[in-house]
Formats: sequence, structure tokens, C-alpha cells
Amino acid sequence: MTDQSPTALTATVAHSRIKPGYPRIIGLLLLALLIFCALIGPDLIGVDPVKQQLLEARQSPSAEHLLGTDHLGRDMAARLLSGSQLSLSLAFLSVLTAGLPGTALGVLAAWRGGWTDRLLTNISDAILALPGLLLVLMLAAISPGSWWALYVGISLTLWVEYFRYTRQRARIVLAEPAVEASRLLGFSPRLIILRHLAPEIGPGLLTIAAFGAATAMTAVAALGFISVGVRPPTAEWGVMMAELLPYWREAPFLILQPVFCLVLTVLALHLSVGGMQRK
Amino acid sequence: MTSAHPLFSAFLQRGLQALIVAVIVGVVSFTMMQALPGDAAYRIAAGRYGYDMMDAAAAETVRNELGLNQHWSIQLISWLSALAQFDLGRSLVYGTPVVDEIATQLGYSLLLAGGAVLISIIIAVPVGVVAGLKPGGAIDRLTLGVSILLRAIPSFALGVVLVLVFAVQMRLLPVAGFRGLEHLILPSLTLGLGLAAVSNRVVRDSVVEALGSEWRLFSRTKGLSARRTATRHILRNASLPVVTYVGVQMAYLIEGVVIVEAVFAWPGIGHALVHAIFNRDIAMVQGTALTLGLIYVLLNLFIDVACRLIDPRMRSQ
Repeated sequence: MTDQSPTALTATVAHSRIKPGYPRIIGLLLLALLIFCALIGPDLIGVDPVKQQLLEARQSPSAEHLLGTDHLGRDMAARLLSGSQLSLSLAFLSVLTAGLPGTALGVLAAWRGGWTDRLLTNISDAILALPGLLLVLMLAAISPGSWWALYVGISLTLWVEYFRYTRQRARIVLAEPAVEASRLLGFSPRLIILRHLAPEIGPGLLTIAAFGAATAMTAVAALGFISVGVRPPTAEWGVMMAELLPYWREAPFLILQPVFCLVLTVLALHLSVGGMQRK
Repeated sequence: MTSAHPLFSAFLQRGLQALIVAVIVGVVSFTMMQALPGDAAYRIAAGRYGYDMMDAAAAETVRNELGLNQHWSIQLISWLSALAQFDLGRSLVYGTPVVDEIATQLGYSLLLAGGAVLISIIIAVPVGVVAGLKPGGAIDRLTLGVSILLRAIPSFALGVVLVLVFAVQMRLLPVAGFRGLEHLILPSLTLGLGLAAVSNRVVRDSVVEALGSEWRLFSRTKGLSARRTATRHILRNASLPVVTYVGVQMAYLIEGVVIVEAVFAWPGIGHALVHAIFNRDIAMVQGTALTLGLIYVLLNLFIDVACRLIDPRMRSQ
């Protein structure tokens, strides 16, 4: 299809260069903090995120429960941290499984050209034929409630972005006189890829990765919220929002906690690659 | 790809895309059918005759009638050929033809999507133009900050926040469902704000680019009034990236419709899809997903044509 074939998952900003500046520094610090919390937080709190204590339901924050308890008396802080572990690890894994093959195939398509290029481009176009979330939703529906279905679905929709970007940039770079000179001098493809190509596409790939990770987290939470994703009692931010929604009147601070966590993490990811500043 | 008339090739490409959508949706639905636990023949027989009237003989009849005893590859082919004849079957839960259900839901979904696009235009165009007139100015930076923040809020979370503020705290608007136009405001505002968060920056960028261009300087130098330059040159040039970007937004819109309808219990296709997935109503899953996918293809076709109308260079390609 056309080169403008859209994918909503990681819209627009992919082609901009990352620029230094305050937003980036804030984003990176925030991201580091969130990852740090997710790594050591659950052990630090030491409370089981699914343990119910009905007599202690919907408590305000206290020394024992730092962020209060939910409608089943489960510790909110423990649940939020466990949820951040789930979201971040899924985002990280899907970035890896989408990014590595996507980039490699992009280089391959640009390098080989011919039918390899046509085949890979057609496959990526076929995946773009459906809006990303719709594909994830359908795949998740094959095996409902499974973490794996979400992971595979998200990776499958996200790799296209890396592939298209890498292929497009690599075609330009590989046609440059400098690359031709390297080839004539007998340098290996490995060196050409590392020296000529990698510095060209590195920043763009990072941007795609950050936005892709944010998309993955949002998708998981959205599907959890409309109860077709991860199943309760798993502590997942979207599932938590759905569970806590009926208690907004008695305890609005409860429902706002997972919302805040999700928005903060997505914001940190967006900012870490310079937000959507273009010029 | 082809050297034929560019408009024709656009139709051809989108036609191919529609075909791919149908095959993907068909194969996934078929796989869902196979992945269901238990014997499909018994399940369908129970749905047809009621659980009390159903026995092994009835299941056997169903099995032979629907060809459930054949190899899965043959079943897949007959499944897809039914799809090719636009036979979407009946809802496994309600028993009504899927086509009838979708015909009712489609209107609601289009209403919601239309409302969302309208709201996003009303917000994004003035904001983007004002920000673009003075790049780097206070308004530009402020709208950038708000856009970044808005973009980080997923549509369903935004929906929840809007419901809490407007429907629950201030009691201005209804929470969910559909019983009149005031029910349209919150869902379409949720979607529209999400769309505007990015599109106002696209408007802003293209205004900045148009204002800084050499052809604008030239048309002013040759004596065109500022007004005439704006209407004859800036508007057309600045609208191209915006229209192209609307194409990118269509995917967001379709995804958003699914999520936001489910959040607000809006009686449209997206809500039906989520509901059908939850109920394992595969005929409905297939019908609704197919409809959403085809609408997506159709919208992209509109964008293709619109771009060619705006930019004469693309017509002669």
C-alpha cells in the first residue's frame, strides 16, 4: 500500500530527531524512578497484592497501608507496584520482540531488495490493514485472559513500525557514496551496518521504542479495563480502574491512583524521547 | 505499483486492503471457534433446540449438516466462502442475524465518531493556527505542554476522569448509555480531545511551514494581498499535511470508538464487539470486527482521494 499507510499505535513523531532539553531529562529521571520502584517496591512493601482483608476494606492511607486499601481490603500500594511490574515488563518485552526482528528485517529488505523486499513489505502492509488495537483485541479473544495472547498481539502489531522506518532510512543510507566506497574497499556488511547505518537510525528507533512501550502499556490497561484483557484478581492498572470505578463516591482517591500511575508512566516515556516537539 | 490512473490505483490498493482485512478477520474468528472448549456440535445443537431437547442424535445431525466432522482445512474454506458471500450468520447469543444487529449499531458508532471529529476540529484548528502564528511564543509553548499531557492520558482514563468531573461531581451530563443527544457529549468529547491533542500540533506545524515558505514571500512580493495569499496559497498548502494526518488518526478513531463505547456503554459496533468477545459470540465478533475494518479501509480511501484533490502534483504522478 502507500507509504503513508497509517498506524495509530505510534503516530507521527517517529521521524524526528531526539533533542536534549529539560523535558527529556525530566522524562528520563521519572522513568528511572518508576522502573526502580517497580523493581524493588514489591519486596520493600512485602504485602501480597491479592490478599483480601474484608474488614479493612476502603481505608484511607495510613502507616500500615501507605495508599489505603481497595474494596476488598487489598493493599493499594502493593497492587499498584505489582501492576507497574506487569505493565513495564510487558512493555519492555514487547519492545524487544518487536524491535529486534523489525529492525533486522528492515535492514534485510533494504539490503537485498528484490523479492525479499516485496515479500516483507507486503506482510507489513497486511498487518497495517487493520487498526492495531483491533488486531490485539481479536488475538486476545482467541485465548481470553491470557498474558501471552496480549504479548504476542502487541508485538505483532508493533514490529511493523520498526521495519518500515529502518527499511526507509536504510535504503537511503545504503545508496550513499560513502557506503559504496566502504563496499569497494572490501569492508564487511557488519561494519557497514554498524558504522554507516546504526548512527543514522539509532535515535529514530529509540523514539519508536519509547512510543511503542507507551502504546503497549496503554493497550494492556485498556483491554483490562473493558474486561477482555488480563483477568482479576491480577493487579493490573486497567483491571484496578474497572474494579474501583463503582466506589468513586466513597473513595475517589482510589480510582484515581491507577489512572495517575498509568498517565505518569506514559508521560515519562513520551518525554524521555523529547515529547512531540518537532521544530 | 501500477502505472494506471492514480485514482484507479488508489482504489485497487484499498480494495486489496479490504480483502486482507476480511481474510484476517475470518481466519481469526475461525480459530476462535476452534479454540472454544467442548464439542462445537453439542454447543450449536443446544443453542438451536434448547438444553433440554438436545441429545447425541441432534448433535450428530448438526455435525453432518454443518460439516463439523470434516478436516479443519475444509471447514476453514467453507467458513471463508460463507464470508465471501456476505453471510455473517446469526448471533450465537441473541439468535438474530448479525447483519441486522450491525445495521442498528452502525448508526450509533458513526454518530459518535462524527461528534468526535467535529469536536476535534473545533478545538484543533483555532488552537493550532494561533500557536503557529507565533512559534516559540507563550501560547505555542502552553498548547505544546497541554498536548503532551493530554496525549499521555489513554482514552478510557480520560473518559473516566470526564465522567467523574462532569457527570458525577457536577451532575451536568448523563454518565452512560444513550437516551438523547446529551448522552453524546461526554463520549465524543473524550474521543475528540484525544484526537485534538495531536492534530492541533499538526495544524500548528503546517501553519509555521506555510508562513516561512518562499512561495508565500513571493506571492506577497508580486503584490497579492495578505488575505488573497492566505486563501489562494496558504490554505491549500497547509491543509495537505493535515488531511494526510487525518488518515493516521482514523486508526486512533476506530480504536477509540471500541474503547470509548465500551466505557460509556454506547450502543455502537465497538461496544458490541467487546461484548461479543466477552460472551464468546463468535458470529458477532466476526461481523463487528469486519465492519470496523472495512470502515477503516473506506476512510483511508477517502483520504487518498482528498489528498489528490488538494495536491495537483499527486494527480499527475
